[in-house]
Amino acid sequence: MFKLNPKLSQKISYSILFCATILAIIPVAVIIFIIIKNGASAITWEFLTSMPKNGMRGGGILPAIIGTLSIVMCAIAVTLPIGVCAAIYLNEYAKDNLLTRIIKLAIVNLAGVPSVVYGLFGLGIFVMFLKLGVSIIAGALTLAIMELPVIITTARGALNSVPYSFREASLSLGVSRWQTIRHVVLPNALPGILTGAILSIARISGETAPIMFTAAAFYVPHLPTSAFDQVMALPYHLYIISTQIPGMPKNIIFGTALVLLMMVLSMSLIAIIARIYFRKRRKW
Amino acid sequence: MKRKIIDTIIEKIIFFCGILAIVFVTLIFGFLLKEGFAFFKEYGVISFIAGKLWYPTSDPAQFGILSMIVGSLLVTAGACVIAVPIGIMAALYISEIAPKGVRDVLKSFIELMAAVPSVVIGFVGMVTLVPLVRTIFDLPTGLTAFSGSIMLAFMAMPTIVTISEDAIRSVPWSYKEGALALGATKWQTIRRIVLKAAMPGIIAAVMLGIGRVVGETMAVMMITGNAAHIPSSIFEPVRTMTATIAAEMGETVRGGMHYRALFAIGLVLFIITFIVNFIADLFLGKSKK
Repeated sequence: MFKLNPKLSQKISYSILFCATILAIIPVAVIIFIIIKNGASAITWEFLTSMPKNGMRGGGILPAIIGTLSIVMCAIAVTLPIGVCAAIYLNEYAKDNLLTRIIKLAIVNLAGVPSVVYGLFGLGIFVMFLKLGVSIIAGALTLAIMELPVIITTARGALNSVPYSFREASLSLGVSRWQTIRHVVLPNALPGILTGAILSIARISGETAPIMFTAAAFYVPHLPTSAFDQVMALPYHLYIISTQIPGMPKNIIFGTALVLLMMVLSMSLIAIIARIYFRKRRKW
Repeated sequence: MKRKIIDTIIEKIIFFCGILAIVFVTLIFGFLLKEGFAFFKEYGVISFIAGKLWYPTSDPAQFGILSMIVGSLLVTAGACVIAVPIGIMAALYISEIAPKGVRDVLKSFIELMAAVPSVVIGFVGMVTLVPLVRTIFDLPTGLTAFSGSIMLAFMAMPTIVTISEDAIRSVPWSYKEGALALGATKWQTIRRIVLKAAMPGIIAAVMLGIGRVVGETMAVMMITGNAAHIPSSIFEPVRTMTATIAAEMGETVRGGMHYRALFAIGLVLFIITFIVNFIADLFLGKSKK
């Protein structure tokens, strides 16, 4: 049988792997490029700061931007403290027992639940059962539960990377466990926790399915005044104008997509760069 | 003394937050189960899962989701065929071959890819890929399972690449040294030793990728055409379970049969993703040992 020289076969395989890597990242790069190229012309100060006009075929997207920001900020305000506490419990207190294993399984499972199922759950429990109505708060709570496993996992990673000797030094001075965590472990884990939080904010800003039935409205002619208002939201707005409204000018759709994309990507990029920076500066 | 009390209170709060994850999973499952059971009692599980017709608003209403199960499976399988080989090869390249600088840039870019919202991917797919598929394959519509599979493959890619890459990189250095010392080329080492040792982690990566694809909603709803019939080929429109929930929830009467049927679909999705993630977790545990 014909057999390839191992050196040649290595060269060929490396080239194939290289092509596969290109193939894996090019499509998304192309998607980002298409959005920027077609959407850049729509971005004006007026587009970002005015209300939609003519059945959303003109004007700006201010209410959608404000809506998304308010839902996301409420969500992170709820989920960050809970997630960090849960991570502290798992990393600092939990023993390797059945309860801990169940908690870990629950986190894995929570992370895998489809976003639309979170939407159903939010509709059932927050909108209807707790009678919050379709509102910022109902959408924010839904997103908060959805993002909880991600926050727990990243915060746990950050806590875990603080060397054990730091804790030992503090504990051996007679400092209590909580005081050690509060004054030694947490400050050192803070950069990791915060970059994780920014990545989470970016991710939930782009979510559509969980807020579809819990917070987002087709069109609201005014800006939200309380947490119990329905709001427009960027991702849902993009879905609406690209599928439900006939004769929608293409550049407005692309412009909306660009604003959403930039919001998400710039936050992710900041988090990634911050993480690299903090890792380089780390004292241990 | 006061400090001790505060400490105890804080530790209680921390413990409470720790078990919240269990509370939420139970709540979600319980809620889906409650609405789902109310629906199954009236309609029957078998006629729901195996029924071919979905006419939720006609009289008598039909709630068969077989076509959606097939639709979800078809789109997921298509996405896997594309994303799994490419994803694993990319992970091998990034972890074993790329120089360190290139590797860091590639990893950061893949993390950025994961953040692109699915509604944006759906929109771009609608205006670029869908017309392309229609003309290339000369179809009546480009809104097909095939188009959906391609777009979903991109979305599963970051998950598959990142987790496979972790698994490949955690293969002990001594395994590679052993093979290289015996005169194997670097590629032979990668293919015969590294790939084999990293397999449990790679399988976990694939399972998590599948989980992500099955649950994907917006892009699928915008690209696959949403026709509730059993497709005879991948070039026909299909409708997935997730898209059905998202598209129809807004129009239902709260608490009615249609509403409950959508919760029952949610229950099916929950169980599928639970199993998929559970298997992934088992393999991840194995790969860490």
